[in-house]
Amino acid sequence: MAKLTLKTPMDSMAPMTIGTVTLSEIDLGPMTSISPYKGQGKALSAALKAAHGMAMPAANRATGRAEARAIWFGREQCILAGIDANTGLAVHAALTDQSDGWTVVQLQGAGAANVLARLTPLDLRPAIFKRGHTARTDLMHMASSITRTSDDTFMIMVFRSMAGTLLHDLQSAMEGVASRG
Amino acid sequence: MRLPCPICGERDIREFYYQGADVALNRPAPDAGEQAWQDYVFLRDNQPGEHRDLWQHESGCGAWIVVSRNTVTHLVSGAVLATDIKRTQA
Repeated sequence: MAKLTLKTPMDSMAPMTIGTVTLSEIDLGPMTSISPYKGQGKALSAALKAAHGMAMPAANRATGRAEARAIWFGREQCILAGIDANTGLAVHAALTDQSDGWTVVQLQGAGAANVLARLTPLDLRPAIFKRGHTARTDLMHMASSITRTSDDTFMIMVFRSMAGTLLHDLQSAMEGVASRG
Repeated sequence: MRLPCPICGERDIREFYYQGADVALNRPAPDAGEQAWQDYVFLRDNQPGEHRDLWQHESGCGAWIVVSRNTVTHLVSGAVLATDIKRTQA
């Protein structure tokens, strides 16, 4: 039988630093999208809290830590990343395995927001888009999810098939910001 | 132009898809007759002033919203979830 090798969307690229900003790939591990059935929102949130210690995140918010996160992912939808979703949650919500379906990168450093601002119409000012805030938005016409994980760090997700485009766009934006000094 | 999504807050228009007048929320019954369906499909008042349009926050939360805007002053005065309107009608 053929031996298959697991490859990440960015093919385990080495972190890339341009100017003060560093781009690196993140492996979130298992990812499950969770969409509560009609009227099951509260029950699901309680079950999620009991199973994984995180309530269903409010709109445009992400909860948890690097090893396990619940990221709001659209209307009445969130992504549980880093841990396998408890199968008991399926009573309250539709669970869909999204592992390997998304390209996930991290943009870190002073000026990371300036790099992103070249690519997305999202208001990234620290007073508006704070740590723990997340958004589904446009990133150079790609459907994306952007989360601020610390003051100068953003986690960016796009469809796996868009990995090359994302890399190209981020790299040009990083070079553009760096060239302005 | 920025639109106030009831879920995501104020967002750039690039994130939205425009559908048209909110007449689509008042679909006639299947047996309403030809005239009602003719009006529903083809007739729009299109007067200058206050308009209510259906938009989808396509690359954001995905919700369909009804945006009130004035085509004379370009003022966007608010937006509500289309589902909330349908629930009120029901």
